Formats: sequence, structure tokens, C-alpha cells
Amino acid sequence: MNELAVVLPGLNLKNPIMPASGCFGFGYEYSNFYDLSELGAVIMKAATGTARLGNPTPRVAETASGMLNAIGLQNPGVNHIIEQEVPFLAEYDTSIIANIAGSTIEEYEMVAEAFNDTEHVHALELNISCPNVKEGGIQFGTDPQMAAKVTERVKRVSKLPIYVKLSPNVTDIVAMAKAVEAAGADGLSMINTLTGMQIHLPSRRPLIANKTGGLSGPAIKPIAIRMIYEVKQHVDLPIIGMGGICNAEDVLEFLLAGADAVAVGTANFSNPLVCKEIIADLPDVLKRNGLSSVQEAIGKAVFI
Amino acid sequence: MKKEKLTIIATKQIAKATFEMKLENIHISENAVPGQFLHILMEGHTLGRPISIADIDKQNHIVTILFKVVGSGTKRLAEYRVGQQIDALGPSGNGFPSEQNEKKTVLLIGGGIGVPPMYYLGKQLAEQNVNVIAILGFQTAENVFYEEKFNQVAETYIVTDDGSYGEEGFVTDLLDQVGNFDCYYTCGPLPMIKAITDKLIGKRGYISLEERMGCGVGACLACMIPANNQSGYKKICSDGPVFSAEEVII
Ligand SMILES: Cc1cc2nc3c(=O)[nH]c(=O)nc-3n(C[C@H](O)[C@H](O)[C@H](O)COP(=O)(O)OP(=O)(O)OC[C@H]3O[C@@H](n4cnc5c(N)ncnc54)[C@H](O)[C@@H]3O)c2cc1C
Ligand SMILES: Cc1cc2nc3c(=O)[nH]c(=O)nc-3n(C[C@H](O)[C@H](O)[C@H](O)COP(=O)(O)O)c2cc1C
Ligand code: FES
Repeated sequence: MNELAVVLPGLNLKNPIMPASGCFGFGYEYSNFYDLSELGAVIMKAATGTARLGNPTPRVAETASGMLNAIGLQNPGVNHIIEQEVPFLAEYDTSIIANIAGSTIEEYEMVAEAFNDTEHVHALELNISCPNVKEGGIQFGTDPQMAAKVTERVKRVSKLPIYVKLSPNVTDIVAMAKAVEAAGADGLSMINTLTGMQIHLPSRRPLIANKTGGLSGPAIKPIAIRMIYEVKQHVDLPIIGMGGICNAEDVLEFLLAGADAVAVGTANFSNPLVCKEIIADLPDVLKRNGLSSVQEAIGKAVFI
Repeated sequence: MKKEKLTIIATKQIAKATFEMKLENIHISENAVPGQFLHILMEGHTLGRPISIADIDKQNHIVTILFKVVGSGTKRLAEYRVGQQIDALGPSGNGFPSEQNEKKTVLLIGGGIGVPPMYYLGKQLAEQNVNVIAILGFQTAENVFYEEKFNQVAETYIVTDDGSYGEEGFVTDLLDQVGNFDCYYTCGPLPMIKAITDKLIGKRGYISLEERMGCGVGACLACMIPANNQSGYKKICSDGPVFSAEEVII
């Protein structure tokens, strides 16, 4: 077997690298930079029941080692995504994960169901963690009971494996992970962005129109690693890890902490070729660290 | 658009907090059209900074940019020295359509740091034997730049907010004085563009818009502008930054 290969529920990955939801659109823009077939998978931008226009601009701001965003789940709606966006990605030899979101449990169910008969979509990432929408999103992601409920309901209507994307904006990440595990999740995706704010001194105004935004990038990597480590001690589900990954060394750190695969988000903005470069570098980074495969690295950090 | 390295061959201050930088790169100099930009990735920064292409010397593969220091990214760029390389995506976005202007008169309106893309456009139009008129607006005398260069390609009017150079007022105050024109092109702050499009309603015009960018390639949906299309918006980085005046809602 290929040294980079990883098998996860619904996903037969040739390598563990995938662009994170919202940081790669529907792939089209980055297909100008390299062949998307090189990717282990692509996680699409969030889909909601109907089209959303998102928040007012400015929607992004740079912070030390990261960025704030308040896009607000702008997307053309699930039907448009299935009809217009999935066929483009389906041309590539890679797995497709649909990120789904909603304001109500019914909306989550409707979106999940819509993907049931979409050939080429291999798994769902249940986004219960977007900090940038008024209704839904974050409430589902910060209350274990709500998280379990939405997971269970989506699981009931969907034919696809469900990776629940956890929010780091909680005091007890393990409780969240346990709750969605009990509700039937097939895997976890962690972490989403951390709620943050930045103020522009001359105008004394927050730098983004929504006032607060989600913090991502290298600034959040230590939090992601800690949370994956904690969850891994108590929960058996496979984990897609993310948060500040910029290079193959970062990937190895996530694998050692317990992630089975990883997603790369903000780093695509600093370097559109970053996923391709990480995939190329990973075998050598594994070798230099005495490992012969990705499989061998997963969860192998020494904690005693 | 490609990810390219550009070598700095000259950099100098040309007005208050305003810098001119000359960069050498084959791909960008051969492909860029007026109105396109570079998405510059500064060391130590997570997000790129969009900067318009102000001029191209195709023969010598030189790309000129002009920028104003307003925050940490542009401050860093101003510190780069000759011989260093910068990383950028480019040429990015869609430029100004310049056809349909043969033997006609066009008006260029630039405000502040919106003036740079107007220069490359004006130069190209003048080469196509288009009659070019330019109105350039700045805050005060110490902000004025490129007047001489514009004089070589256009009949140029300068206005300053406080009247410390050229005429006193806003660029819109001169619209009635410059005579007839067939088409206009503008780049500058949003309130200026709004005032211009309101005043020139019905005229053929192209506007270049600004918004804080994330990816610079159309993937993150940071840089939206409401539009009269099916989806209700356009992306400034990839559908723009240039739009026809009636295509977006400002
Ligand atoms: C298509 C395009 C072309 C451009 N071309 C040029 C060009 O040719 N030359 C040029 O100089 N610039 C140009 N710009 C603008 C340029 O991109 C910005 O000035 C630059 O990104 C600023 O980066 P910075 O890191 O210096 O500032 P940052 O540190 O990113 O700060 C942004 C600045 O924006 C202002 N600001 C931010 N938030 C707020 C707020 N909430 N309220 C009020 N003000 C705020 C402040 O002045 C702040 O300093 C262009 C922009 C676009 C979109
Ligand atoms: C601009 C932007 C848009 C995002 N949109 C989504 C989204 O639609 N759905 C989602 O689950 N996560 C979204 N995220 C979160 C990322 O998928 C990822 O979890 C987070 O950014 C952490 O990874 P990073 O530090 O590598 O960016 C978005 C992040 C950014 C920066
Ligand atoms: S900056 Fe990302 S879509 Fe325009």
C-alpha cells in the first residue's frame, strides 16, 4: 500500500491532505494552479438549504499569525451546488466531502438528504460550529445535547458517513466529542475557527463589519493539537484534524496527536500551491522522523 | 494568473507615504493589462495585499506598482530593498475593456491611490490614438504624484480637497468642465465612485472597486459586491476589480 494512503469511513484517501471547507471554494480557482487529482480529498464550502448572501464587508482581517473571517456561510444553496459545482470536482480523481450547515435541524436534514443521491460525494462534514451566523451554527456546536440531536437526525436521513465538525469555542471539547459519538457520528473534524475580534485604532472600530469573526491560521494550531490529543484519549472516532497547518511538519504533528487525516485552510491563501507542496514533502518528513507511513504515525506522540 | 517571484529593481518615495516600485518579471509583464493587480504576499503576513499594476515595460519585463503605506503590510513592502524578491499572484483579476474607443474621447478619473491603474490605462489608450482626458484627485499638495507622466498621455486636471494644489474640491466638481467624452474609467474610494456613477448615469463607464481580500483568487468569498445578476453578488478579486458601471450596486 502507498505510504501516504489512509482509509476512513467512506473515504479511500491516496494521501491524508485535503483543503478545508471555505478555504478552497468549490475547487475551480485552485485548479488553475495544479491538478486537483493530487489531493486526498476536497472539502467543499458549506451548503445550506437555500442560497445565502453572507455578512457585510469587510469580512476578513489579518491578525498575528492568522486571520479573522466573517463570511457568514455565503453559498448558492445545496441544489445549485449539486447541479453546478459537484460535476466540476467529480472530473478529478479525488474524494469529495460536502460541508453542510443550517439554521434549523430540519434544514440540516434537508441538505444532508439532498446529497444522498449525488454520486461522487463520499462523506458529509456536519458544520455545527460556524461562529458567523446568527441562527443555528454555533448553538448546535456548543451544547452537547443539541450537537447530539442534530447528529442523530442527520444520521437518520443520510446514506453517507458523517464527520461532525467540532467548535473549539467550548470549555469541554471531550464532552462534545462523546456526545456526537453516542449520537452515531462516523468521524470528527476538528477544529473550526475560534471567535475573535480586532480593533482598528484610528477609527476605534472592529476590523470586520460583523465585529467578531473566526480566527484561523497558525495562531490556532496549538489549540487544535491540544483538543485532538484530549479527544483521542476518550473517543474512538477517526479525526480529520485542522487548524493552522502550513507544511508537512505540521501535518505530522497532527498525525502524532491523533488525527487520521488533515485539512489545510488559511494556508491556501498565503500559498495557493500549499496542499500540493505538502503532499510532495510528506514522505520525506515521515522518513526523517523514522516513520515509514502515515498509518504508522497516527496517535504515536509520546505522552508518558 | 500564476504564483511568481518578482525582483525589485528600483524603489523610491514619490509623495507623502507613497512609493513607486519597479519589479522585473517575465510572466506578469507579458500578460498584464491595465486594471489588473498583483496579490502580493509579504513575509510574515498571512494574507496577500492587492496592489494595482501602474505601468508595464514589455520590452524590459518591468512591472511598476505604486502604493501608499496605510498599515503593516504596505509598511513592510516599503522596507523592501533593490535586489530582494517579492512573491505575488498575478496578473490578477479582469482589467479595463479598452476597445470601442477608436477616434473617441475618454475620461479617466482617479482618486488618491486609485490613480495608479489609470496611468497604465491612459498610456495604452493614448498609444491607440484615443483622446484622453484625466481628472486626478488628491487630499493635499503633498499627496500629488505622476502629474508629469499623465501630462504626456492626457489632458490632465488635478484637484485637491483643500485647494493646496490644482483646483480646490472633488473630482466630481470638474465633470462638467472637461467637455464631451464617450466613455469614462474610474478608480478610487467607494464614495467617490458612487458620486461619479450617480452623476454620469447612462454614460458608458467602467469602475474599479476595492475590498479587503482573503485569497485573491475567488475562493474565500471575502471580497463581495452586490450585483444585478442571478446570484446577487460578484467577487471583486476574480469577477473584477473592474466592472461596468451598471453591473454592480454601490
Ligand atoms: C484591486 C485593488 C487594487 C489596489 N491597488 C492599490 C494600489 O495600486 N496602491 C495602493 O497603495 N493600494 C492599493 N489597494 C489598496 C491596498 O490593497 C491596501 O491599502 C492594502 O491592502 C493595505 O494593507 P496594509 O497591510 O498596509 O494595511 P492593513 O494593516 O491591512 O490595514 C488596512 C488599512 O485599512 C484601513 N482600515 C482597516 N480597517 C478599517 C476600519 N474598520 N475602519 C477604517 N479603516 C480601516 C486602515 O487604513 C488600515 O490601516 C488596492 C486594493 C484593491 C482591492
Ligand atoms: C474564509 C474562511 C471560510 C470558512 N468557511 C467555512 C465553512 O463554510 N464551513 C466550515 O465548516 N468551516 C469553514 N471555515 C473553517 C475552516 O474550514 C477551518 O476549520 C479553519 O479555518 C481552521 O483551519 P486553518 O487554520 O487551516 O484555516 C472557514 C475558514 C475560513 C478562513
Ligand atoms: S479575496 Fe477571496 S474571493 Fe475575493
